[in-house]
Amino acid sequence: MSKPSQNSSLENSSPKNTSLKNSSGVIATARLIATKDLRVELRSRVLLNQVVPFSLIVMVMFAFALDSDAVLERVAPGLVWLATLFSVLIMVSRSFAVETADGALDQLRSSGVPAMGIFIGKTVALMVQLLVLVTLLVGAAVVLYRAQVSWSGGVLLVTTAVAATCGLGAVGTLYGGLAAGAKGRETLLPLLLLPVVAPVLIGATRATESAFGTNGIAISEGWPWLGLLAVFAVLFSVAGAVAFGPLLDD
Amino acid sequence: MNTTDTTTAPNSSARDRVTGTAFTRGLGVVILAGMILLVILGLFVSPPDANQGESVRIMYAHVPGAWLAYLAFVVTGISSAAYLWKRTRSLTWDRIAGASAEVGVLFMGISLVTGSLWGRITWGTYWTWDARLTTTAFLFVTYIGYLAVRGLGGTHQQRARRSAVLALLAVLEIPLVHFSVELWNTLHQEASIAGRGTDVEMDGLMLFTLFLGVVVFTLMYVWLVLHRQRSLALDDMLDDSGLDNALTARRAEAQGVAR
Amino acid sequence: MDNAGFIFASYIITFGSVGAYALGVIRRSRKSSRDVPRDQRPWL
Repeated sequence: MSKPSQNSSLENSSPKNTSLKNSSGVIATARLIATKDLRVELRSRVLLNQVVPFSLIVMVMFAFALDSDAVLERVAPGLVWLATLFSVLIMVSRSFAVETADGALDQLRSSGVPAMGIFIGKTVALMVQLLVLVTLLVGAAVVLYRAQVSWSGGVLLVTTAVAATCGLGAVGTLYGGLAAGAKGRETLLPLLLLPVVAPVLIGATRATESAFGTNGIAISEGWPWLGLLAVFAVLFSVAGAVAFGPLLDD
Repeated sequence: MNTTDTTTAPNSSARDRVTGTAFTRGLGVVILAGMILLVILGLFVSPPDANQGESVRIMYAHVPGAWLAYLAFVVTGISSAAYLWKRTRSLTWDRIAGASAEVGVLFMGISLVTGSLWGRITWGTYWTWDARLTTTAFLFVTYIGYLAVRGLGGTHQQRARRSAVLALLAVLEIPLVHFSVELWNTLHQEASIAGRGTDVEMDGLMLFTLFLGVVVFTLMYVWLVLHRQRSLALDDMLDDSGLDNALTARRAEAQGVAR
Repeated sequence: MDNAGFIFASYIITFGSVGAYALGVIRRSRKSSRDVPRDQRPWL
């Protein structure tokens, strides 16, 4: 740090300024990375042109496999979230392929950008894209599987989607960072990620069942599951923010 | 080169001590004796259960295996933390974590298979979705992923850091999974097969045999981790010496060119 | 003994796989140690 005698008018001449700079550095970085990722998506439209059609095809394939309207209506919540999970795998790979293609991530790190900021930025971008996806998939479930959403169910559904996609975004970014880059690592992503997101699948599906009113399950029964989703999201957001730096420092 | 080992004949090479020491040899003898005693007691001498009959004998192999799998998981977690903490950073911790994970996967596999066979006899199904079984299966898959990440290459330090972070994330994830599955199961009241051991009335000899099983399996775990950790150290040394040789060769090359 | 097959299979699988793994580790160590000088092993 700078000597106390040097009265520089530049930044970080005192510890207080340093920590301020650091925290604004994290938030500024996060905002930068998030907007960059979303802008890349807007321009390339990979989510719209590839991931969404993929997930819709998955929804159709479920119908072929399960072959019964009654069964489909009953398992619709589960199918929505399964299709989402499969899509997460692709989206995370894509999120990091964008970075590693030109060594952008390595350059970012070596120029001293705070890893926590990169993590938060990528998580937010992933979460936004997932929210779009989940909305479309719920719509598909209403159309294809005859799911029904009431107004109060809708509130539960929205909060569930926010909590679940936050957790998925955090875990996806974290494990995606680990699996990114070197050959042979990307194929590990599904193996690493799917066991970890099991609580999200369980919680989101149960909450969505309440929201749809499947099997006559009351909406009130969905809120505890939301609690589980929220705990998951918080835990992995914190863990990810802390662990992302060491993981990237390969 | 001076050899520091004075307990073996100087020209025994192929058969010389590699990863074994006096301690592990003694331990190995105790384990063999214990195993024989365990098999005799478990398969023949101990009484059959009042409810389950003879099939309870599987318990003496299944329960210790499950306990050791969880112990191995804990050891991997602690060693990973020890590696990441600057003051205790040493690749030995990384190798212990890796060895423990391998042995843990082995015991988890054993526990899942024997548990499945036991379930087939007592409840007619090879599998059930109760929290403990499902969490064990998740732990199994998570550790297979961990071992795969360890095999990704790079420097020893990269491997160590990557897997240490992964192991600690697993420590976070597994209780979450367990809790979620338990919550899920309370919805489906079919899963009343909570504790397999709870409907076994244990008399003195059965309890002793079970206790013996845990002791023998723990000793097996220690023996295996010691040997595997040393084996990994040898592999790492080999890597390093290979790198040294390459560097020496390059320097010799460069000097030759400079002249 | 009924279900004897399952019971014996459990024991054989258990001790058999542990033994197989132990053998594998020892063989692997022997192979690696051929190229590592003896005095570099801190446990000996």
